[in-house]
Amino acid sequence: MDTREKDIEKLKDYKYGFTTDIENIKAPKGLNEDVIKFISNIKKEPQWMLDFRLKAYERLKLLKEPNWQKPKYPKIDYQDLYYYSAPKSMKDKPKSLDELDPKLLETYKKLGIPLQEQARLNGIAVDAVFDSVSVATTFKGELTKHGIIFCSMSEAIQKHPDLVKKYLGTVIPVTDHFFATLNSAVFTDGSFVYIPKGVKCPMELSTYFRINASQTGQFERTLIIADEGSYVSYLEGCTAPMRDENQLHAANVELIALDDAEIKYSTVQNWYPGDENGKGGIYNFVTKRGLCKGKNSKISWTQVETGSAITWKYPSCILKGDNSIGEFYSIAITNNHQKADTGTKMIHLGKNTKSKIISKGISAGYSDMTYRGLVDINSKAKNSSNYTQCDSLLMGNKCGAHTVPYIRNKNFDSNIAHEATTSKISEDQLHYCQQRGLNSEEAVGLIVNGFCKEVLQQLPMEFAVEAQKLVGISLEGSVG
Amino acid sequence: MNEQLQLDFDKIIKTLKISEKEIQLKKSFLKKFIENGFPNRKQEDWKFLDISQIIKKNIGELSFFNDYSLPNKIDPSIFVDGLEHNKIIFINGRIEKIDFSYEDQSQIEINDEIGKNIKFNYENSLIDLNNAFTNKVYKILIKKNYSLKKPLIIYHSTNNKIKSKNVNLSLNFGLEENSCLRLIDYFNDNTDKNFVNILYNFDLKKYSILKNYKLDKFRNNNLKYSFNNIEQDDNSISETFILSAGSDYFKNEVNCNLNGEYSSAFINGVFSLKENQQHEIRSTINHLVENTKSYQLIKSVLGKNSKSAYQGRIFVDSKAQKTDGYQLSKAILLDETSEFNAKPELEIYADDVKCSHGSASGSLNENSIFYLMSRGLNYQQSKELLINGFLLDVVEKITDSEIRNLVKNIIGLEE
Repeated sequence: MDTREKDIEKLKDYKYGFTTDIENIKAPKGLNEDVIKFISNIKKEPQWMLDFRLKAYERLKLLKEPNWQKPKYPKIDYQDLYYYSAPKSMKDKPKSLDELDPKLLETYKKLGIPLQEQARLNGIAVDAVFDSVSVATTFKGELTKHGIIFCSMSEAIQKHPDLVKKYLGTVIPVTDHFFATLNSAVFTDGSFVYIPKGVKCPMELSTYFRINASQTGQFERTLIIADEGSYVSYLEGCTAPMRDENQLHAANVELIALDDAEIKYSTVQNWYPGDENGKGGIYNFVTKRGLCKGKNSKISWTQVETGSAITWKYPSCILKGDNSIGEFYSIAITNNHQKADTGTKMIHLGKNTKSKIISKGISAGYSDMTYRGLVDINSKAKNSSNYTQCDSLLMGNKCGAHTVPYIRNKNFDSNIAHEATTSKISEDQLHYCQQRGLNSEEAVGLIVNGFCKEVLQQLPMEFAVEAQKLVGISLEGSVG
Repeated sequence: MNEQLQLDFDKIIKTLKISEKEIQLKKSFLKKFIENGFPNRKQEDWKFLDISQIIKKNIGELSFFNDYSLPNKIDPSIFVDGLEHNKIIFINGRIEKIDFSYEDQSQIEINDEIGKNIKFNYENSLIDLNNAFTNKVYKILIKKNYSLKKPLIIYHSTNNKIKSKNVNLSLNFGLEENSCLRLIDYFNDNTDKNFVNILYNFDLKKYSILKNYKLDKFRNNNLKYSFNNIEQDDNSISETFILSAGSDYFKNEVNCNLNGEYSSAFINGVFSLKENQQHEIRSTINHLVENTKSYQLIKSVLGKNSKSAYQGRIFVDSKAQKTDGYQLSKAILLDETSEFNAKPELEIYADDVKCSHGSASGSLNENSIFYLMSRGLNYQQSKELLINGFLLDVVEKITDSEIRNLVKNIIGLEE
């Protein structure tokens, strides 16, 4: 009996034990040292990884959940969550797509992600995450040729411990805020990308996240390292099936760009937003942070947020290297009872650093949408500049749109410009479109897509099409 | 500090001739203040100016009792020249003189309203402090259809009798229908290390106009806090201008409730800061009904080691359709040690609104300086010209020409 099985034996004594009936292996409910040890053990992690988790857990015990955000949510009982669940077929890792659980493949098809075709047609290497463990990684060969490492986090911990050890937790330390620390303690899996020196990644890397088992908080951990002179574009897309209970998703994403490297990170998030009355839906409390560590490095975030009951995230850039660039393009759409509090942080530390923020918020129904951002130019960040534009569009008078920018300029050589507007779709525009034969819903879709254009065009081709459709779908039923 | 507070409070209560009920009310304010203490940077509204730390580091132990039994000598040299005006004179927080000699006395009513403490519906421990310790609260009522012929200047002076003191003063103004008041707050200090806490409450009825100019120009080492609460009825207009330049630390807060349709609020401010000064303006405009309008323009010029902050909040209720809200803050940083903070906030619940804010900060434009120098000005002159032009923009927004000229003279701006 290996250690993992022993552990499973041991944990069977717990009140809730394992629920293998729905093809899932679950850690017992609740958060404690044993659960963390269990996760670490089942993933056969080395001691340093376990220490990392335990350190985070120690810290977590001292932390309080933040409550300064605009969207309030019912208290989460962290002892009532499962921190680990894996599809059963994971026990023997499939070597190819054909070996996958047919049920799994079917679910993906329903979601419109035909894994094989999509991978082949689009030239995308898909690292599909079902619940918490990666099940398929394609196009590995092509990537290996260039020396690119694209694998699941657990694999990276086993095969590339030096890289993981060196970079994990350097951008989001274990001592960070509550949700980030929680993730550090209990993260299950995620993606790991390493682009070697001077390599331009030949294809868009993509991961589809899925949340499946009810009551499973998903704790993804993504780490992307772009070595000197390299380039990578990474796509993240999410869908989730209908669930009544609120599900917590607290992922951590760390990006590190060394000298002259560029990382482009795009997200289309369309998780279950709850029903029309605001029941159910996913809590999306994600920590995303990029570090422009080297000179002339660049990190660009693009996000289209249409799903989740509550979205609460601030993809940030720390511009440490001289001449580094940070960009943030965002569309956030809230409808019905959805709530979003999102934005970015641009922290300028190096000389000649530049950042650009374009944020478009659209709220309809009874929803609430907040842009919250920080631009901080340090006294050493000579000759830096920032440009921020955040526009909000309101549809109806039951929703809210808020802008809360924080601007700190400590450097007299640097410029910060910020503008924000709030408006509604004008009758003239609607009238014009309708005159030309569009119905009111199509007209709104067209106008909103125009409003979002600056952001949509930042997305890679395949995503842009999907995102454009999503923008239309998200606002269905909000006019008239 | 708490013992000192309690001790000083008991002393004050003894000197006041107020009813038991009022004493209880004051006690409850004191209790609240003791619970919360001075605001610190952990509180969102005080993020940029940590009063608690400033008092600890720069003032030390504050005492809260002021002996107001003896009058102070009024030094006429502080009076503003070249502008006929009515006067209210505060010396060390004591009202020395109320003089409305230019006005029709029957149109102005002055009442002592110590018992009527105003409650605001949000937490602010400095207001609690003010309510607990003020010894006199006058209400000045301008009657229907009366416009004051001359502006009213309130002199806020301190003399060397006080040191490390907290001075609290409070005034209420009522503007009845179709009345008009021009009010200048004129700060003149010969002291340092005192904390002056001012609370004004304005009640604007239909068609009334309030113009309030706060002029803090003369350099002093005091800490000041001023809170204006303005309630506005239909078609009323309030205009607030803040010159924030003299004190070491100054925080101006304006809370404006636009309760009546077609009411409008204007807030304009100038920070002109030098060594080690830290100033802040925080404004909250609540658009509560339809067809209201607000406009804010704040400009800063920041010298060595100085720090300015602007927190502006526009709130639009879901009923307040057709709102027009505008906010702009600009800053010029003159030195590598200067710092500018802004938090222009919009909170909007109605869809048919026009709201925007903008913020820009940076150094003086080298090209402009070059242009001026090529026309024969030296570097210093060019710089001054550019800064004056930058600030003049705000001063020009003052609608009253007499007072605009006065402010120009005070700042030293020439056209």
